[in-house]
Amino acid sequence: MIRVWAVALCTIREAVRDKLLYNLVAFALFLIGSTILLSRLTLGDFHRLVLDVGLASINLFGVVIAIFVGVGLVNREIDRKTIYVVLSKTIPRWQFLLGKYLGLACTVAGNVAVMAVGLALVLWVMDVPMHGELAGALVAICLELWVLTAVALLCSTFTTTTLSAICTLAVYVIGHSIGQLTALGAKLDTLGRTVLTAIAYVMPDLERFNLKGLVVEPHSFSSLDFSLMVAYGLTYIGSLLALATLVFKRRDFQ
Amino acid sequence: MATATWAVRTESLTKVFRLGLRGRPMTAVHRVDLAIESGEIFGFLGANGAGKTTIFKILTGLVTPTSGNVWILGRALGARASASPIGFLPESGYYHEFLTAEEFLRFTGQLCGMSRSRCAARIDELLELVGLTGVRQVTLRAFSKGMLQRIGIAQALINDPPLMILDEPMSGLDPIGRKQMRELILGLKVAGKTVLFSSHIVSDVELLCDRVTMLVKGSVVATGRVRDLLHPRAHEPSELMIEGMNEEGLFHLQPLVSRLVHRDAQVVVTVQGASQVEMVLDVIRVSKARLVSLTPQQRSLEELFASSRDESSEVNS
Repeated sequence: MIRVWAVALCTIREAVRDKLLYNLVAFALFLIGSTILLSRLTLGDFHRLVLDVGLASINLFGVVIAIFVGVGLVNREIDRKTIYVVLSKTIPRWQFLLGKYLGLACTVAGNVAVMAVGLALVLWVMDVPMHGELAGALVAICLELWVLTAVALLCSTFTTTTLSAICTLAVYVIGHSIGQLTALGAKLDTLGRTVLTAIAYVMPDLERFNLKGLVVEPHSFSSLDFSLMVAYGLTYIGSLLALATLVFKRRDFQ
Repeated sequence: MATATWAVRTESLTKVFRLGLRGRPMTAVHRVDLAIESGEIFGFLGANGAGKTTIFKILTGLVTPTSGNVWILGRALGARASASPIGFLPESGYYHEFLTAEEFLRFTGQLCGMSRSRCAARIDELLELVGLTGVRQVTLRAFSKGMLQRIGIAQALINDPPLMILDEPMSGLDPIGRKQMRELILGLKVAGKTVLFSSHIVSDVELLCDRVTMLVKGSVVATGRVRDLLHPRAHEPSELMIEGMNEEGLFHLQPLVSRLVHRDAQVVVTVQGASQVEMVLDVIRVSKARLVSLTPQQRSLEELFASSRDESSEVNS
């Protein structure tokens, strides 16, 4: 595990020393903070507005970070030719990928934590009550971002940075439209239904990780449901990493 | 069969890359046979695209050979070893520029499975060896080309591997940097390591290598000890400096030499082949002139490389 940890730590250092990350987090915090002003202009339920905008900001900026940092994970190492040094040592390729993934997963979790602290501060200033569902929603956001990071990592093992970003963004959009795809499939002929059903099965159902509604309007969500969501996320991540390893193992570095 | 005394051995090593969407084949390495002894400095000489870097990448596991066999220290390529036997310095020194020198060496040490404490001791030694102790906390992005090459050598040595592969280690270095790099490479040989290195700079290869191999378009065109490759052949020229040659002697010299130059009281002649030299010596004796010097015009490695390349082009055309 020394090797995996070394790659993960290097990935975290790279992200932490990148100005882009700070700019994104600062902008997200600014957006979360601006809900204080927005709520003054709202006539209705300002608690709901603060929570809605706050969680949506964390999700949106988390997605941007996961995609734009994630797609460069492997490609940047290849483009900058730093991969020659890394893979010429005794590190199996799957450990390199796992280290890269864990490094970015930690970075993403750290960013979510920083933004969550910002949101908590705003809620405290606005005297909005905080309950357990908020923590659950933040964990779900984190899981969704980890799934997206795994998608970005897989794409970056076989294509360019730009194409990886486009593919990951497409997966994000499709992943939030699985319900609509299935409904549309039901109205199509057999071929159309089969294709859309296959897409619905293969793509990650990212709506499973959307617990923001629970925070705004609390209703029942059992611990079993929560455990199933976590298990689904981790299984999907595991499958993507296994696939990425298979692709990456066959690759030549010219 | 691989013998234990060979540090590296290849048999019919071939690599064909597939380019573009249609998978157009491009042969980078063609049926290369190598047998590199433990403890020697072995040079790879070749123009851009000759296949030097591809061979290095195959040896370090970055590229998979299309066919052929490779043994490194008696072990078939791909066999899992507990410690990497290879230290690799890639061409052009691209490293993780956001890391400090110390962080970078610790990172590479941990990639070899070394513990943090073992890394710490080794980092001190290596920074001292390559003369970078004073900049251990400086990020690599602030390093000069020469410093990057030295940190590259340090990372390659981090787990004290018996085999070092240095891809264009002199590239981009100024004369002082090249001298330091030469001393480092000779130091590695003294420490008992086998060193494989490639260079465009023929004089460096000539100075450092026990043996060289010349590659042209992926194929080996010559391999051997530098002195054997450079050994003058029967038809190769010699230069004679003669003093006190009279007019009659000069008249007899004219048809025997390919070039004749008067230099004050001396005559410098160039003669092709050993038999012509004997005839010129006879003329000197008869004319009662004096032979000042006789210098066989040994080919430089550069000339040999150029002629090998020309011969290969002729064969291909």
